[in-house]
Amino acid sequence: MFKKDFPYFSNSDIVYLDNAATTQKPKEVISSQVEYYEKYCANTHRSSFGDANKATLNYENARKTLQEFINAKSKEQIIFTKGVTESINFIASSYAKKFKTVIISSLEHHSNIVPWHMQGRTLGDGLEVVSCNENLDFDFVDFENILKANPNSFVSVTHISNAFGKIHDIKAIIKLAHKYNSVVMIDGAQSLAHMSVDMQELDVDFFAISAHKTFGPTGVGAIYIKEKYLKEVEPYQTGGATIDQVDFSSSTMLDAPYKFEAGTQNIAGVIGFAKALDYISEVGYDVIMKQEHEVYEYLTEQLSKLPNIIFYNNLEDSIGSKSFNFKNIMHDDIGILLDKMKIALRVGHHCAQPIMKQLNIKGTIRVSIAFYNTKEDVDKLITALKKALDMLS
Amino acid sequence: MNTIEKRVQDIKEDLDFFDDELQKYEYIIDLGKKLPELEEKHKVPENIVHGCTSQVWLIVEKKDDKLYFKGTSDAVIVKGLVYIILNIFSDSSIEELREVDMDIVYELGLSEVITPNRQSGVIGMIKKIKEYALSIN
Repeated sequence: MFKKDFPYFSNSDIVYLDNAATTQKPKEVISSQVEYYEKYCANTHRSSFGDANKATLNYENARKTLQEFINAKSKEQIIFTKGVTESINFIASSYAKKFKTVIISSLEHHSNIVPWHMQGRTLGDGLEVVSCNENLDFDFVDFENILKANPNSFVSVTHISNAFGKIHDIKAIIKLAHKYNSVVMIDGAQSLAHMSVDMQELDVDFFAISAHKTFGPTGVGAIYIKEKYLKEVEPYQTGGATIDQVDFSSSTMLDAPYKFEAGTQNIAGVIGFAKALDYISEVGYDVIMKQEHEVYEYLTEQLSKLPNIIFYNNLEDSIGSKSFNFKNIMHDDIGILLDKMKIALRVGHHCAQPIMKQLNIKGTIRVSIAFYNTKEDVDKLITALKKALDMLS
Repeated sequence: MNTIEKRVQDIKEDLDFFDDELQKYEYIIDLGKKLPELEEKHKVPENIVHGCTSQVWLIVEKKDDKLYFKGTSDAVIVKGLVYIILNIFSDSSIEELREVDMDIVYELGLSEVITPNRQSGVIGMIKKIKEYALSIN
């Protein structure tokens, strides 16, 4: 019933189940970007003619929209980036660099692993990893032990695992980390498409946001920075639009958020992102969650009936994605055949090789849904999966 | 037309016979089932073809002036592709293998399966086959 809001579904007969990779975009998001390029394309924060003012106004209104959406105290705490990966790299290479120890979880995807390696941190030497049990639960005992041994650390964990849809109890993680005087960044790449997040309630220090996984355009994201860190965080790139005064001997920077947004931003993307958030607000998270939950339950029930299916975590503490395998069948084979049957999903390691190695698998089949998916989509998937299994056995 | 090109043409004709994509894959799966087993002792890291999501192992044997290849994969469809590739390139002269154009894979019309994105191993295999030919004196 929501697919009509998304032009992709009128133009494609694909059953789209790869929402953890990127979501489809409602028509307001697409048309707002076209409108920017067709009607008032101008740079922001620089020129002062009419179209430039309009572009600046809409861009800044988008910041306000995101601030209110995630209940940040002020709009200065919202820094637009090109996505979660850039958000994490930004904080990793500026603010978090000074920390002796960085703590991550076993379920991280590469965006929250590789930046730490690039700083020369290796396991046990500047980088600690909180283990998980066979159900992929975050091990709070292990976490507390690591924090006890390494207070004043920088903790960077995912909210919802990219590869398995597993939800971390980030409120408890943040609380425990703060007890040991540590600072916390949450990778919220998979969050906003499925549930509301409240920065003040979570008391989180940094929160990375993706637009394209939240029904917005690609190449846009944001990092929320708690007020008290705004002055401590150094820009990791500088240039146009970030400075107050420049002469050849020195430069002075503008205040946040401008000092963090060097160069011309993805203006159309940011404006489109705000439209995506407006769209979510209009539909409402209660409706989104109810709709998604129904399909998710149905998907679980139908998948569970398939022979020799292997899940890796309890499905009730997951959201959005289901990740699985079939005994003695390579996920790649399933992916190729489902593609031919017009089912779009992802097979492989989902940019999370370490957890795959821990589970001793090379990858999984991942079905990831959004609220616009229907039980009919699930039925088509199951029919295709049965056919593929039949062909491969 | 040299031997390799002729074999590519033959396989392309076989594959083109199927209008239905799934039938084509059923055929490839059947080819995979015909692939002789590779002895376990050859399934070692140095024989792995890099750049593949599915594991592909490839070994080479030289007899006279010709190279003979054996290989396998842990994925069934890829196994079928391995069969096709071995059929095309095995029993070819070193000189001919050195001249192989990588675009040859697209001629087979399986570009969706064998794009680098999919990393099904076919491109990696051909690269490795060519490397073998270039490294042999």
